[in-house]
Amino acid sequence: MAFRSAVVTFPGSNCDRDLAVALEKISGTQCIRVWHGDAELPDNLDFIGLPGGFSYGDYLRCGAIASRSPVMRAVIEAANKGVPVFGVCNGFQVLTESGLLPGALLRNSGIRFVCRDVTLKVENAQSLFTSGYEAGQEISIPVAHHDGNYHADAETLDRLEGEGRVAFRYAGNVNGSARQIAGVLNQAGNVLGMMPHPERAIEATHGGTDGRALFESAIRGMVGA
Amino acid sequence: MKVRVHVSLKPGVLDPQGRAIHHSLEGLGFAGVNDVRAGRLFELDVAETVTDEALDDMCKKLLANMVIENYRIEKVA
Repeated sequence: MAFRSAVVTFPGSNCDRDLAVALEKISGTQCIRVWHGDAELPDNLDFIGLPGGFSYGDYLRCGAIASRSPVMRAVIEAANKGVPVFGVCNGFQVLTESGLLPGALLRNSGIRFVCRDVTLKVENAQSLFTSGYEAGQEISIPVAHHDGNYHADAETLDRLEGEGRVAFRYAGNVNGSARQIAGVLNQAGNVLGMMPHPERAIEATHGGTDGRALFESAIRGMVGA
Repeated sequence: MKVRVHVSLKPGVLDPQGRAIHHSLEGLGFAGVNDVRAGRLFELDVAETVTDEALDDMCKKLLANMVIENYRIEKVA
C-alpha cells in the first residue's frame, strides 16, 4: 500500500515545503498539501504533518490562532481516530495549543532566538515515530526557535516520564525546557510534537541525516518496509 | 459594552520577558523594583447581549492559555 501523507500550510508557515519534500523523498509518494482554511482532510491518511514557521505572525501566542483554524478541527478528529500527527517547531506549538499534547511552549529562557544544531537523546525508541532509533542514541538535529521552552506542571511531567512519552531530550540546556524535554508523545502514541527540525537533516548536503530515521520509522510503521 | 481582559502568567511560570524588562528598569537606574511580570491586556467592545458565561468562554478558549496563564475580566462601562 502506498504511503499517504499530508502537510498543512497555515498563513506564515515556512517549513511546509521542507516537511513535504522530506516525506516525498523518503516515502517515494507524493505528499498532499492542505490549506488551513480547508474544513476537511483527504481520506485514509497515514501521516499528517504540521510544519514549522510563524503561523499568523505568532499573534496572541505561538500557534494559538492556527490551533483554532478550520483544518485543525479535522486534524484533532483524525488524531483522536489514531491517524499519526507530527508537529515540528511551530507545529508542536499548534499541537499544545490545540490540546492534542500537554504543556505549553514559552519564550526561551535566555530570551534569544536559538538557531543551531543540537544534540538530542532518544528517550523512547519504541514509538511509531522513533522505532528506527536506539534508546539512548544521540542524534544531531537543527533547532530554530524563539519559543521552545517546554513547560508543564510537575505532575504532568512525571506522568509523561512515567508513560514513556518523552520522545527526545536535549543533551544540554538549549532553551530552558523543563527536564530538557525536546519532544513529547500523546497517550496513544500517534501524536508527536518536537521543537527540533528532523526534516532539515535528511540528506548529506543538509550537514547530517539523523532526521531520516524518524520519517522512515513512521512510513514503515504505517505501510510496512 | 467595553470589557477589559487582563491575562497574566500563572505564579511560578518563568517569565523571561518580565525578567529582561526588570533588568532594563534597573539599568535605567530605577531602584526598588522587586519583580516584573509581563502580561497582556485585551480591550473588547461587545454587545450588551453578550453574557458573562460567553466572556468567560472566550478567555478559556482563546484569549488565555489555561496551562500557563490566568485571566481577569473587567467591565469598564
